[in-house]
Amino acid sequence: MRVTFTVNGREQAADDVWEGESLLYVLRERLGLPGSKNACEQGECGSCTVRLDGVPVCSCLVAAGQAEGRDVVTVEGLAGDDGTLSTVQQAFVDAGAVQCGFCTPGLLVAADELLERNPEPSDGDIREALSGNLCRCTGYEKILDAVRLAAARTGEAV
Amino acid sequence: MDFLRPASWQEALAAKAEHPSAVPIAGGTDVMVEINFDHRRPAYLLDLNRVGELAEWETAGDIVRLGASVPYTRIMEHLRRELPGLALAAHTVASPQIRNRGGVGGNLGTASPAGDAHPALLAGGGEVEAVSVRGTRMIPIDDFYLGVKRNALAPDELIRAVHLRKATGPQQFSKVGTRNAMVIAVCAFGIALHPDRRTVRTGIGSAAPTPIRATAAEEFLTAALDEGGLWDNGKPVPPAVARQFADLVAAAANPIDDVRGTASYRRHALAVMARRTLGWTWEQYRGEQQEERNQPCA
Ligand SMILES: Cc1cc2nc3c(=O)[nH]c(=O)nc-3n(C[C@H](O)[C@H](O)[C@H](O)COP(=O)(O)OP(=O)(O)OC[C@H]3O[C@@H](n4cnc5c(N)ncnc54)[C@H](O)[C@@H]3O)c2cc1C
Ligand code: FES
Ligand code: FES
Repeated sequence: MRVTFTVNGREQAADDVWEGESLLYVLRERLGLPGSKNACEQGECGSCTVRLDGVPVCSCLVAAGQAEGRDVVTVEGLAGDDGTLSTVQQAFVDAGAVQCGFCTPGLLVAADELLERNPEPSDGDIREALSGNLCRCTGYEKILDAVRLAAARTGEAV
Repeated sequence: MDFLRPASWQEALAAKAEHPSAVPIAGGTDVMVEINFDHRRPAYLLDLNRVGELAEWETAGDIVRLGASVPYTRIMEHLRRELPGLALAAHTVASPQIRNRGGVGGNLGTASPAGDAHPALLAGGGEVEAVSVRGTRMIPIDDFYLGVKRNALAPDELIRAVHLRKATGPQQFSKVGTRNAMVIAVCAFGIALHPDRRTVRTGIGSAAPTPIRATAAEEFLTAALDEGGLWDNGKPVPPAVARQFADLVAAAANPIDDVRGTASYRRHALAVMARRTLGWTWEQYRGEQQEERNQPCA
């Protein structure tokens, strides 16, 4: 089947989509957007997190056909058109929150949504918002640092 | 495989009548795992995301009619006052990403003994609105769970909503697992005080082939509260009564040994959760009574 939806602001169509295929597979294998990672395919790790109509979801658990006509934002949509990193992305770099990087795209999407919703999150809020994202490398401390840094910079910018 | 995308509830019912083997997909947080791992290869997937009313709720009198696909996140955010037990249970489900998609209709569809909505639904009380082109059936929640991952839906039926009594007293939900997020319950317990009826209801998860109520424990406690005049005098529940209640809850369970825990651990944990949640809810009830007594007459 053909599935048409908006990805990072652009209308995209994927053809020959198998009916049981996930949104994650369509993004990575059919639309050339490999930013969202496939680690577990069962909702446990969050590395495939994207926003569906603004809401963070595991794209591995959204059937491709369910995305028809809807709005998807992936990690590729966070940076500016000229490649300028978003506040959250820059903070991850500066805080050393990236090691192998496999968990990073999902964490960026989740953290970006948190700060949009709650610009001054408590540590509890950050832990809760990122509780669906697993990282095997960092031990999470630098990730928490990065989100705090991004929140502080967002505050300064306002 | 065919992907059916009904644009309305009537279309969804017609599609289910025409293809009773079609697998409905709402949040997909159970269905997609099965498809990704090749555990299920249905001939038809029936997408319910375009049926807007399934994601809405309404209140009429003392009932909340909760659409089958209202995501857990919305329940936590908007229905904490009306459905406190379910809101607490919703907050323990998986992670934000899963709670943004999954809902009670899917939990009921899967009917896993470990589903977290079930103990709260059993304790709060309510009915499942099951609809087909043939008409509507209201299935009492107590009759809905038939076996491990088996429910009372007919092949042509879909869940439109659950009808839940608004809380008239404190409710609690408690769950044992290895961390706060992303945990399938080792076992779970829900309790609801119903001061209007002077009864207490319970729900047990992950400790029997289906979610169950601890009926003997409920009856014992209801009688003990009555006898002591506790609903009126607002005294604490005597420790011996709380202990007996906890033992009866543990005895109601019929758990197994599995990777998540042993049967005897589950029984023990249930007794602890029953005693604690009774304590929390009763203290809250007493506090509210106290406040009411201290209100000057209008
Ligand atoms: C990583 C992960 C963690 C999880 N953790 C928990 C947890 O902690 N606690 C918990 O309880 N669950 C958990 N789950 C399971 C799942 O999220 C819940 O069961 C959820 O409620 C399913 O809702 P859904 O809308 O996603 O269901 P779907 O996957 O869309 O559907 C589930 C079942 O219900 C049927 N169905 C859906 N809607 C209807 C309807 N309207 N009428 C008839 N049938 C219908 C489907 O055909 C299917 O059989 C977890 C899942 C994942 C992937
Ligand atoms: S790949 Fe989707 S949650 Fe792990
Ligand atoms: S940096 Fe390697 S998994 Fe997180």
